[in-house]
Amino acid sequence: MRQAKEPFQFMAASTLTRICGVQVTTIAELLEQLRRISADSVFNHTFQSLSVHHYLTEGFSNDFAQWVLAASNVPDLAERLAALDIRQYETLEALRGDLVATLEEFLRAEPQRAYQKAFEPFYFCEAVTVTVPTEWRAHNLGEFCEALRHISVHTLHYHFVTARLRGPSTNDFSAWLEHSLELAELADRIEHIDIYTNTLEGVRQRILEESRRWLEA
Amino acid sequence: MATRPATLPPKVITLDDYIPVIGAAEIEEMRSLARRLEGRTVKMVNSTAVGGGVAEILNRLVPLMQDVGVPTRWDVITGGEDFFEVTKGFHNALHGAPYEVRWEAFDIFKAYQVQNRQQMSFEEDFIVIHDPQPIGLIEARGNGSRAHWVWRCHIDVSKPNPLVWNFLLQYLKRYEAMIISSPSFTRPLPISQYLFFPSIDPLAPKNQELSEEFTRETLERFSIDPKRPILTQVSRFDRLKDPLGVIRAYKLVRKYSDCQLVLAGGGAKDDPEGVQVLAEVQEAAANDPDIHVLDLPPWSAPEINALQCASTIIIQKSLQEGFGLTVTEGLWKKKPVVASAVGGIPLQVIHKLTGMLVHSVEGTAYQIRYLLSNPEIARRLGENGHEHVKENFLVTRNLKRYLLLFLLLSGAPA
Repeated sequence: MRQAKEPFQFMAASTLTRICGVQVTTIAELLEQLRRISADSVFNHTFQSLSVHHYLTEGFSNDFAQWVLAASNVPDLAERLAALDIRQYETLEALRGDLVATLEEFLRAEPQRAYQKAFEPFYFCEAVTVTVPTEWRAHNLGEFCEALRHISVHTLHYHFVTARLRGPSTNDFSAWLEHSLELAELADRIEHIDIYTNTLEGVRQRILEESRRWLEA
Repeated sequence: MATRPATLPPKVITLDDYIPVIGAAEIEEMRSLARRLEGRTVKMVNSTAVGGGVAEILNRLVPLMQDVGVPTRWDVITGGEDFFEVTKGFHNALHGAPYEVRWEAFDIFKAYQVQNRQQMSFEEDFIVIHDPQPIGLIEARGNGSRAHWVWRCHIDVSKPNPLVWNFLLQYLKRYEAMIISSPSFTRPLPISQYLFFPSIDPLAPKNQELSEEFTRETLERFSIDPKRPILTQVSRFDRLKDPLGVIRAYKLVRKYSDCQLVLAGGGAKDDPEGVQVLAEVQEAAANDPDIHVLDLPPWSAPEINALQCASTIIIQKSLQEGFGLTVTEGLWKKKPVVASAVGGIPLQVIHKLTGMLVHSVEGTAYQIRYLLSNPEIARRLGENGHEHVKENFLVTRNLKRYLLLFLLLSGAPA
């Protein structure tokens, strides 16, 4: 079996939620605070929120969209906020920029909805993440599959969803498969797995299926 | 006859006992985090060793901390009746209830803080003080002390009596961090605030898996028909839980669907208002043999568990609520939940994803009818609700949160 130039070290990422002490009750206030809050707060309500709701495949994308839908009852704006695909962003500032632009565009078209009171407030929080190495290291594709079967969904989320924020222009698995195992095609197939129409368990199974096919070929 | 599950676990529970519930990877991650705290010690302090939610949490959390390799000591403060009368008043005042300030109350509170400080030592690395009763122990924190002090507030302090709040604030400001159960339960503070949801124990008698036989016999004992849909609200008999509203919702549902209603609660005998509410509920239910009003004794955790497991839909139509752990229990049992959007319930019930949020008797009735008519949607809500609890509201998740907080306070790189 082909050996990797560098082993893949699976990391466990655990997150604590810090309360910012900022709450909003209208879409105008949401926009104002989105411009100011910390990057850790943007992360918490988008990337982290998707990790916490990893078992859902329908109707959940990020906390902002969920609040706009469930508490403010503005489905058209909720749809637009939900449509932002977090895996397209390499920085949280770029994601913040698009969230802000979506809200600005909506309020330009529908200014009368800016100060409509939501049924319940939106509370801003920040994610504080601690990472520790797991016992799982892979030196080849077989070991990679074995480890993938055992890691938690949060480790999967860390490597598959938030990786771009740390540098590579793809997920950690695809980057390793391409550069350390020279399996560019497999890397590409894994990169194209949809995180919004799969649960994270579903994503795990899809990666395993793709990898197994490669092992058996 | 089926054996009644033990009210107490038969042995000391270890973290590995949770592997079938949350998976080996999660347990290993917690052990990895704990290894980074090697050599560190923890002290938890509260005001009672038995009774009440905090003692229940610590009773399970402290052995798990030990098991994961972080030596943890649990101390309980002492005080006379005068002290606990004052702290009960403070508790209600922090919830926003009317409170007539007697200035000597503050002196009594301070005196017992001094007395307890003198009796206790604080050699540990992390000191977690639970609720307002022992909050003044922070004055034992010396200059240059290596200990990290955290205040764990289990109550909603968003609209407190200002006099009591300002009195406690002098202590609170000296802590390094505060832990609270919901972002809506707090207010801006000059110290960091971390979110730790309340939790349930999946291995406790109220939540552990039951034999089908015991569940069936429990229904038989209360004359509940297992073949027809069962709607259940588990709550003490209290106006804020709106049991009469639940009966009205049930009657609206019965125009369209055959079903039974179970209102199970306890503690009415100890509470004069509870006796009155129970009598009103019994009167409202009197002419309907399909409404089962059950006033259960405090040792009924397995029976409550069986009733929840046998239910088709769990209702929690509260007018006000704390966090609403009966909702958590229902979600954990994969039941579709129809619940009011009050207190901590919206953190648990994400509308149309993990359950149905409602705002009225009519809305409650409509969502029950909808779920009775759409069992596949009801099943999916129940599955999602179970995962939501597993992710957020289990005792193991709180253990992990404590480990993370201690790592952060001791300067672990994030």
